[in-house]
Amino acid sequence: MPQDVLFQLKGVSKCFVKGKEKITIFEDLDLTINRGDFIAIMGPSGSGKTTLLNMLGGVDQPSAGEIWFDGARVDNLSEGALTRWRARNIGFIFQFYNLMPMLNAARNVELPLLLTKLSRAQRKKHVETALALVGLSDRAKHMPGEMSGGQQQRVAIARAIVSDPQLLLCDEPTGDLDRTTADEVLEMLQLLNREHGKTIVMVTHDPAAAKYAKQTLHLDKGKFVQRELVA
Amino acid sequence: MGSLFSQIVTVTAMNIRSLPRRLWMSLAMVLASAVVVAVLLAFLAMAKGFEATMEGAGSDRVAILMREGAAAELNSVLTREQVNLVAESAGIARDAQGPLISPELYVIVDGIKKASGTEANIPLRGLNAKGMAMRENMHLLEGRMFTPGTNEMIVGAGVLREFDGFEIGKEVRFGKNVWTVVGIFSTGGNVFESELWADAAMVQAHYNRGSSYQTIRVQLQTPGDLAPLRETIEREPRLNLDIQTERDYFANQGEQLRYMAIFGRVISFVMALGALAGALNTMYTSVADRAKEIATLRALGFGNFSAFCGTVAEALVLAAAGGLLGSLAAFLFFDGLSTSTLGGSFTQVVFSFEVSPDLFMQGAALALFIGFVSGFFPAWRAARVPVVVAFRNGA
Ligand SMILES: Nc1ncnc2c1ncn2[C@@H]1O[C@H](COP(=O)(O)OP(=O)(O)O)[C@@H](O)[C@H]1O
Ligand SMILES: [Mg+2]
Repeated sequence: MPQDVLFQLKGVSKCFVKGKEKITIFEDLDLTINRGDFIAIMGPSGSGKTTLLNMLGGVDQPSAGEIWFDGARVDNLSEGALTRWRARNIGFIFQFYNLMPMLNAARNVELPLLLTKLSRAQRKKHVETALALVGLSDRAKHMPGEMSGGQQQRVAIARAIVSDPQLLLCDEPTGDLDRTTADEVLEMLQLLNREHGKTIVMVTHDPAAAKYAKQTLHLDKGKFVQRELVA
Repeated sequence: MGSLFSQIVTVTAMNIRSLPRRLWMSLAMVLASAVVVAVLLAFLAMAKGFEATMEGAGSDRVAILMREGAAAELNSVLTREQVNLVAESAGIARDAQGPLISPELYVIVDGIKKASGTEANIPLRGLNAKGMAMRENMHLLEGRMFTPGTNEMIVGAGVLREFDGFEIGKEVRFGKNVWTVVGIFSTGGNVFESELWADAAMVQAHYNRGSSYQTIRVQLQTPGDLAPLRETIEREPRLNLDIQTERDYFANQGEQLRYMAIFGRVISFVMALGALAGALNTMYTSVADRAKEIATLRALGFGNFSAFCGTVAEALVLAAAGGLLGSLAAFLFFDGLSTSTLGGSFTQVVFSFEVSPDLFMQGAALALFIGFVSGFFPAWRAARVPVVVAFRNGA
């Protein structure tokens, strides 16, 4: 059956210049992500997982190569255009949640909606829906500091999905959580992938976490060394 | 784009709410701008009060005549004969008793200042009833006029405020002479309130002046018109006198003190530079402290303009709070504060600080200047925080 291509990396290289030294992280990397995928990216620390995710999210630029999204090139967009593209299409989930400590859960979830033309009432509705989806309706008024790590990450997930982006990019989303809480968060991602059609790319070094994905890519020394499909 | 506004509002509100995290640095910035604004206002209020004191004293309807080259009343000497010659000149207003002319003496006596307990100079002016009438707003606050031919004097309200021992009924000793205070007068807050007034003939007698005087004041027939008197002086070789309106005289006397305002602005500008350095440090720290939040918002799709505006707004809020505090302090401590300074004629001029609304505007402008400049460059850095910072490990 013909796959619906969402994201494509074509011959992407990335290197950093540190002093006089040139560090190459990837060389000539190809990757295709289809709509509806749930991909786990694994690899040793320092193998470039975060860098790859940042390039997918338009946060970091490749040194060479092309990045295509939904049939259009995005790596050569201007900073402003890239920011707008990101706001429309990408939801980020971070290892340390990155909630705004001065805002309560509902206000945190509302942040991406401030970039849209929605009215205050519409925003409120969307926020309620997103918080209900992650099971935190009763915590809307709580500050991040008053919530557990797992709850904070669920608020972060609600924030990532509230503006209904197609792609969720997660960098070690369970890296700071205990096993049980991690499983709850991963089940939630699985649900978003299966029931809500979100395409998900998740970086992790935890094999148990990778099991929730539909396929796992192993990154080492700038190459994908192994590709596993989960039935 | 309507959402840009809500982005900026949200980011600004977040910055303000996160201030407690940087409590001491933020307070330091508020305090620094408060001090700078307070210093500026203190100097300006002093200059303004002094100016008002000097300006209020000078009338266009009165001319003052002194010996040629005597820049101040203290240095002038005039003979009885010269007084008589001037009295006959055209251009002087008259009443039923003749020309309105006041030959005056001006000597220096010592008083003890209440505030410091130290000696300071006070002018003792000998004059007549016509001279007193020439001071437009002159009125007695308490007691009565001195009786000519006696050792009685009346005391300016400023002298009473600043110096010890000039209350009504008190006997005051200057050298061998003892004077009795019989009245307190006001001239509406101007420089004459810093003087002691007594009968001209008694001052002549006690200070061995014979029949000589120091200055002549005349009421002009036409305000500001010195021409007829000038003509008399030029025609008469015995009248080697300088003439100017009283307004010009005091304007000149006040001139050097007007540098106070300039000096104050220079001082507070230099201090503002110091405060600016501290404020810049505070704001750079704020940006570093918020870097992860800024980057996260950028990852969510917020523009860098909101990070810029939020930072400038934070700096403006802090500096404005300082400006408000400084203005309030200046108003509470300085407004109406009475003080005295060495006047142009080496005597104490008593005047009040005046913290007026236009000074507040200048203070506010300075505070906003500090806020804007100290916010601008850190805001530039905030706008350039790389988004990848959001993904760096460590909370
Ligand atoms: N801005 C940068 N400048 C220089 N080197 C960098 C930069 N960002 C990442 N690196 C290097 O790139 C490599 C990959 O980093 P990263 O993508 O964070 O790895 P991972 O997430 O797999 O641990 C590391 O060796 C890191 O030191
Ligand atoms: Mg990483």
